[in-house]
Amino acid sequence: MRFLVSARGLMPHAVETQNVVRVFKGNHKPVKALDKVSITIEEGEIFGLLGPNGAGKTTLIKILTTLLLPTSGEAYVGGFNVAKEAHKVRQVISLVSGGETPGYGILSANENLWFFSQLYGLPSSTAKAEIKRLMADLEFDEYAKTRMSKLSTGYKQRLNLARGLLNNPTILFLDEPTLGLDVLTSKNMRSYIVDWAKREKKGTVLLTTHYMAEADEMCDRVAIIDRGRILACDSPLRLKQNLKENVIIKAEVSSVQADFSFVEGMKGVIGYSQTRSIQTDTTSFKVMVTEERIFSNIMSKLEEQNVKILSVNKAEPTLEDVYISLVGRGFEQEEGAAHET
Amino acid sequence: MKREELVHNLKVAYARLWVRLKGGYREPEWLVAELVIPVITLSAYVFLYKMVNAPPEYAGFVIIGGTMMAFWANVLWGMSAQFYWEKEVGNLEVYLVAPISRMAILLGMAIGGFVNTVLRAVAIFIAGILIFQVPIAIYEPLTALLIFFLTIGALYALGMMFASLFMLYGREAWHTASLLQEPIQFLSGTYFPTTSQVVPYMVQLLSSLIPLTFGLDGIRKVAILGQGISDVWLNIIALVVFIVVLLPLARLALNFMENLGKKEGRLTLRWQ
Ligand SMILES: Nc1ncnc2c1ncn2[C@@H]1O[C@H](COP(=O)(O)OP(=O)(O)OP(=O)(O)O)[C@@H](O)[C@H]1O
Ligand SMILES: [Mg+2]
Repeated sequence: MRFLVSARGLMPHAVETQNVVRVFKGNHKPVKALDKVSITIEEGEIFGLLGPNGAGKTTLIKILTTLLLPTSGEAYVGGFNVAKEAHKVRQVISLVSGGETPGYGILSANENLWFFSQLYGLPSSTAKAEIKRLMADLEFDEYAKTRMSKLSTGYKQRLNLARGLLNNPTILFLDEPTLGLDVLTSKNMRSYIVDWAKREKKGTVLLTTHYMAEADEMCDRVAIIDRGRILACDSPLRLKQNLKENVIIKAEVSSVQADFSFVEGMKGVIGYSQTRSIQTDTTSFKVMVTEERIFSNIMSKLEEQNVKILSVNKAEPTLEDVYISLVGRGFEQEEGAAHET
Repeated sequence: MKREELVHNLKVAYARLWVRLKGGYREPEWLVAELVIPVITLSAYVFLYKMVNAPPEYAGFVIIGGTMMAFWANVLWGMSAQFYWEKEVGNLEVYLVAPISRMAILLGMAIGGFVNTVLRAVAIFIAGILIFQVPIAIYEPLTALLIFFLTIGALYALGMMFASLFMLYGREAWHTASLLQEPIQFLSGTYFPTTSQVVPYMVQLLSSLIPLTFGLDGIRKVAILGQGISDVWLNIIALVVFIVVLLPLARLALNFMENLGKKEGRLTLRWQ
């Protein structure tokens, strides 16, 4: 057991990792999915792991939920060592993986939840009351008797979340909880999770996401992870404030073929990202520079390339900019890169 | 294991069993396929035996074999290949994250599968007896029941072990299960007794590694040939040994495979 000495006495951290490394046997060479990850999460916090595809988010979640062993380093959940006291860890956690819908298609939503409640030994009457409450809260009680195989993705995902809350975990792990959901359902889901954590007082949430807004909106603190390393960890507000002295400019230019990679390595350029839209034949470009004057240099280079500039705006920093400032590039390019591995 | 923990795990086993029963009951169309096809296969053998003027007991052997084969199929598809499917849909992850004994899940699957199959097996049995007029000669019903349940116990214990061994594998588990169906049907003597003198010694030796062989042989003796406990005590001992060895082995395999999976990152498929 590891403790934090606080005003409330001896309290274990909800989550603590020390130099966690995880190496996988890759096809060609070993893949270091996590590289000396050290984080602490306190009780009651909503903590986000934000990073592009392949950053190591799921790997860390799997280690913390006892599904995977670290190659080296230690990890504690609820004060218990995940490798040596897995059974104790399992009693206080639950895991909801977005985009996956565990359960039996042939059973109704209700029946599936009852089954899952039994994995945690809930007395049947308590379980039934809980299921009813959760279904009403998550607004899918009208589908209680519908077979799971007939539910839409959004409702399956609600069922999945309900399952995760059924055992009243003290630490809830959510791996991309809103993956593939529509805007409204995602929004409801997020606010429900935030409410849950507040209501449970000590309810701790560790969620992974590659949606900037999700991390920003929900999390008390965010760790930015890239290629297995934690690059920064703080509240979204402070992470963004650290960028205040820089200038962020967004531009929309004609032609999807416009290429901004020339800014890489330019003096005064901290980082950039570009997103291409084939439908509108435009590219949006975001660059972070130390001074506004540097952007004029970029503009003139663009004119040389015959790129038509449609709009230019100064932007307030977002978490994406935090990532750009740390890595030099945005997420989109990273996604392409991750597919090659 | 503490008492509370035991009770908790028994509840888990019950819940998993309940899922099986609910599921089995909801798709009755399966019943047709699993009844009609075996009976057709059986009739082929029965007619064959009648044509070559085999002793009349042989038709009875075939009926018993076909009945027990329903259980073997359930052990292969409902147990051995089960974790592969559970992994695909994400259930395995949920089981592994829960504070439960994994054996409880297997136990629930086994009992549920057995209960579901009993219905099919009984139907095959009765259909066989009625259609082919097979003479049944049971003088010691208790011995017959004992042998039957020991055979079932040994078969499902084997299924639990296979399930554990296949936990980390994907499609291979599926292929292995189909690979095992035919040869075992032959070796264990579904359609003719491998324990009879005409069968080569090597085949007899191989077939004795399969609990089904001893079970079938024993059941045939007490249900068709009208023999009693004094004739089948060796079968009983063999089956008990199978159970006593296979159950702890299944548990060991389960722990071993889970640990291996945790080391190698093969317990869940999500990253792919
Ligand atoms: N079981 C495994 N075996 C081999 N390599 C793995 C395994 N799990 C993950 N990896 C590799 O480790 C790296 C990190 O993967 P991980 O799934 O943790 O990323 P992630 O941040 O969750 O990405 P995503 O946003 O795509 O879910 C990737 O390069 C991945 O290919
Ligand atoms: Mg992931």
